[in-house]
Amino acid sequence: MMTNQGNRVTQGQFSFLPDLTDAQITAQIKYALGKDWALSVEYTDDPHPRNTYWEMFGNPMFDLKDPAGILLEVNNCRKTYPNHYIRVIAFSAVRGVESVTMSYIVNRPKKEPGFSLVRQETEGRCIRYTIHSYATDKPEGERY
Amino acid sequence: MSDTDNITVLPDDMSVDLDAELNASNVQEIFDKLDRELIGLKPVKTRIREIAALLLVDRLRKRFALTSETPTLHMNFTGNPGTGKTTVALRMAEILHRLDYVRTGHLVSVTRDDLVGQYIGHTAPKTKEVIKKAMGGVLFIDEAYYLYKPENERDYGAESIEILLQVMENNRDDLVVILAGYKDRMDKFFHSNPGMRSRIAHHVDFPDYSPEELLHIAKLMLAAQNYRFSPDAEKAFFQYIQLRMKLEHFANARSVRNALDRARLRQANRLFASKNKALKKIDLITLEAEDILASRVFTDGMLDNESEVNIAAQK
Repeated sequence: MMTNQGNRVTQGQFSFLPDLTDAQITAQIKYALGKDWALSVEYTDDPHPRNTYWEMFGNPMFDLKDPAGILLEVNNCRKTYPNHYIRVIAFSAVRGVESVTMSYIVNRPKKEPGFSLVRQETEGRCIRYTIHSYATDKPEGERY
Repeated sequence: MSDTDNITVLPDDMSVDLDAELNASNVQEIFDKLDRELIGLKPVKTRIREIAALLLVDRLRKRFALTSETPTLHMNFTGNPGTGKTTVALRMAEILHRLDYVRTGHLVSVTRDDLVGQYIGHTAPKTKEVIKKAMGGVLFIDEAYYLYKPENERDYGAESIEILLQVMENNRDDLVVILAGYKDRMDKFFHSNPGMRSRIAHHVDFPDYSPEELLHIAKLMLAAQNYRFSPDAEKAFFQYIQLRMKLEHFANARSVRNALDRARLRQANRLFASKNKALKKIDLITLEAEDILASRVFTDGMLDNESEVNIAAQK
C-alpha cells in the first residue's frame, strides 16, 4: 500500500504541496525577512527524516533586506547540486526561541527511490522496525 | 520591476496624466526636500530630475504595454571632499524607491575594506555578501578608486571589480551601484577599467560650493542643532569661510561642520567664563562673533588644529 505516491520526501513546510515556484519562494523569504529572521540555504543527499543537520551552503545570511539575495544563493546551490535536496531555513534569534522557525525544501532529486522497511528480529519474537533509504546504499555524492 | 501583469493595458487613444502620476509617486515631496536641504548642486539636481522624469514616463509607457528595457541607473559621483556625494546617494535611494525602481530603498555604504579580502579566496565571498545585503536598494561605494591598485598586480581589488561588473550587468533589477570619489582619481580608475565606465550610465560631477552657499549650509546645520548665529557672528563666519577656502585641505561642507563644532566649543567655554551671569535660552542658542573670531584662521592664517588636517588628508 502506498500512501505517499511518487515517494516524495515530506519534510518541513509545504512538502505535501507541489514544488514551490521561485515567486512563491520569494514570498516566503520576504515573510521571514519581515520577521527579522536570518535565512540560510542547506543541502543534503541523505533523505532520512532523522537527518537533522544538513550541509550549509555558505554562511547564514544576516542583515539582508531583500529576498533577491537569498534567491540568488538558492539558485547557486541548485546549480552546484542539481540532484540534491536543498532547503531554506529561517533562524529566529529572539531570546527564548533561538532556533529554526521555518524550513522548506526548494529542490529535490528528479527521481526519489523512497524507503524500504527493515525488520530486525530480536529476543523472543520481538521485531524492531526501521526505515532505510534506497538512495543511501550508494556512497555520498553518488546517490541521485 | 513593478508587476505589470495585473494592470490592464490601456487603448491607444486614451490619455494619461503625467501630473497625476507624479503626485501618486510623492516624488515632488522629495524634490522639495532636496531643494530645501541641499544648497547649490545645480547639475546634480538637474540630473536627478531627469532620471525621475525618465522613470515616470517609463511607468506611463508601461500602461500602454510599451515595453522598454529597464534603464541602467548605475551612477558615478565625482567631486571634491564635502560636496555632498554621500548625502545625495542617500536621497537617491529614497527617490528610486518612490519611483518603484528599487524595492526597499535602503543604502549600503561600503569602502574597499568591506569588499576586498585579505587572502586568496576571501574576496569573492566578501564582495558577494555585501552585494546580497544591498539587493533591493542602493550600493554606495565610497572612494571607489581604491578598489583598483595598478601598482600591485596581485591585488585582490580586481577580483572584486569583476564580481561587481557581473552583478551590475545581470542583476540590474536588484540593485543600483553608485560609485563616488575625487574627479581625477576616478578618471584614472575608469581609464584602467573601461568595462566599469561603460556600465555606468550617469556620471555626475559635484561642483564646489561658493562662500554664500557655504554660509547657507552653515545656517542649516546650526538650525538642525538648535543653534543660530548672531548678526555679527554671521558676518564673521562669512569672512571665516573666505579665509578658510584659501588654506589647504579645504573640504567644503565638512570643513564648515568642523568649524561650527569648534565654535560651539568656544561658546560653551565663554558661557562658563561668565559664570555669575544668569543665562537665558537665547544665550544658549546663539553663537557670537567672538566665538568665530577666536579661530586661528583669523589670527595666524593657520588651521585651527592638526586633527582637521589629518581628517581632510584621509578623506
